Amino acid sequence: MSSDSVLAASFDEQVDGFVAPVFDWITEKVFYAVPLDFIDEGVELPLIVVWLVIAGFFFTIYLRGFQFRAFRHAIQLIRGRYDDPRDAGEVTHFQALATAVSGTVGLGNIAGVAIAISLGGPGATLWMILAGLLGMCTKGVECTLGVKYRNVYPDGRVSGGPMYYLTKGLREKDPRLGTLGKVLAILFCIFTLGGAVGGGNMFQANQAFNQAQSVTGGADGPLGFGAAGAVFGLVLALLVGAVIIGGIRSIARVTDKLVPFMAVFYVLACLTVLFANLTQIPEALWAIVSQAFTPEAGYGGIVGVLIQGFRRAAFSNEAGLGSAAIAHSAVKTEEPATEGHVAVLEPFIDTVVICTMTALAIVITGTYADTSSDAGVETTSAAFETVVDWFPIVLAVAVILFAYSTMLAWSYYGLKAATYLFGESMVVDRTWKLIFCLFVVIGASSTVESVIGFSDSMIFLMSLPNIVGLYILARVVKREINGYRTRLETGEIVPVSERT
Amino acid sequence: MPESIIVGLDGSESSGRAADAAADAARRHGLRLVLVCVVPWSPYSFTTAEENERRSVEKAREAAAAQDRVLDPVIARLSAAGDLQMEGIVRHGHPAETLVGVAREHDAAWITVGRVGQSRVRTLLFGSTPSSLIQLSPVPVLVVP
Repeated sequence: MSSDSVLAASFDEQVDGFVAPVFDWITEKVFYAVPLDFIDEGVELPLIVVWLVIAGFFFTIYLRGFQFRAFRHAIQLIRGRYDDPRDAGEVTHFQALATAVSGTVGLGNIAGVAIAISLGGPGATLWMILAGLLGMCTKGVECTLGVKYRNVYPDGRVSGGPMYYLTKGLREKDPRLGTLGKVLAILFCIFTLGGAVGGGNMFQANQAFNQAQSVTGGADGPLGFGAAGAVFGLVLALLVGAVIIGGIRSIARVTDKLVPFMAVFYVLACLTVLFANLTQIPEALWAIVSQAFTPEAGYGGIVGVLIQGFRRAAFSNEAGLGSAAIAHSAVKTEEPATEGHVAVLEPFIDTVVICTMTALAIVITGTYADTSSDAGVETTSAAFETVVDWFPIVLAVAVILFAYSTMLAWSYYGLKAATYLFGESMVVDRTWKLIFCLFVVIGASSTVESVIGFSDSMIFLMSLPNIVGLYILARVVKREINGYRTRLETGEIVPVSERT
Repeated sequence: MPESIIVGLDGSESSGRAADAAADAARRHGLRLVLVCVVPWSPYSFTTAEENERRSVEKAREAAAAQDRVLDPVIARLSAAGDLQMEGIVRHGHPAETLVGVAREHDAAWITVGRVGQSRVRTLLFGSTPSSLIQLSPVPVLVVP
């Protein structure tokens, strides 16, 4: 055994001995699930999913289906129809959306969907799409507030996020809410730091390594040796560090170009699977719709299926967590509601389009029924393999790239949380980034289940302070969005081409 | 009647010669000279969140650099004679499209640019500003070698 693997093994032991009980305790609390044994044995309702879905429902009704009304105008906005030509050179709606999407599209779209369908059957897809549609509204609300209460620093930098609308927004609404806002903002930042090193980093690094290992031949391949995870993590950490600490933009730029390309390729691969099985599409669609309401035995009845679909959609599109509000805030606009419009497209692309594609590919090829391996990336990979045998390799590359871009995005969210908590300084900046890189190595080399569970749960804690804030500020958002829509409908706001 | 000649400047030697040629013509025809430096920028490029945060600062820095390094030296050289009406403009955008836009705004007689000295591969892949100008421009385009 090399010294590296001894180190890796002893690290895992340390985690097992001291940290695991704490991690497990937190994971258990965050994902506290009400057992619904009266429906079917083993069916559980995780409260955090209820929390996220209720927010989506509430805002959809409160804003009278804003996400559907917003759609057409959102497309016009990202096409630049309303951009002032004098703002050329600033952050466009398209760029803000693309940055946010590259942070959310990732493993949830590939592995999460496979898990949902394996556990909930084809019918889970329908509920996943419904949850995606609800999430669109939550995102619109978050991002409207993100822009409204963002900070413009004296040196010209622009940034925002839940910590600012929680403090500024609540204080503005009622000075007595100032303290509550401050507490919520601090909680949000603490959870964001946890989410950034956890779900935004360790989980990604871990899954990226698993994929790299599995396509290179598993335990017998070149990445099968004991310290392979640590070595892979080190390389990944260097690549992350080169961009976030070294400021080597060229790597970020290559990734920025590759990620959308991979996303398009991924959708094309799914479409290839669909076209190869053209005649089975009606049957698959029927399975998705009918089994959403009357699932086959073993999927926990309608409630069991619904929970699986909702849960994976919520985990994939991050609506309600507040992360998107940070990503969208730098856009150049005088109207916060414009970014609210654009942000509804994010869960649409992530969940309604990409997750549904994955789901169709899995349902049509029937790979979800294979119980010989754990549900996850493998299930999707197997679905792709039925059509073109080298697709799994492309999928592995996609997973690694998605993981990398998600890590870059979360390093930024974490940085914003760190500077909110500890102040803007070079020391805070560098310390955070170094810690972040360290966790890449830990995440890739760790094999402990509790670490992965913990990292996933921290992300969802962010939704607690964030959604409380969204409810308190619901009226502000309504005023902002309705005011903008009225001016749009009365012709006060017109496209650039019609301005005089 | 057109009132101006547009010159696209990018700091290259050939764009300097384009400015000289345009200055001669402006004197002869009694036209105003509009010197334009376009900072290449696309509303559809992909950026990181950190870049987005600093974008406004960067835009100002790029515009100042274009003014200092590209426009000001040419303006100083051409205004030495003191007989020309001149204006310098910095914009962000697609170079050819932006030059066409400025030409429309300023009622230009024609657009003058230098021939870019980029490699054949680059031109093959991305095209060049003069060739896109020829496709897009509503007024004649003069390319100075």
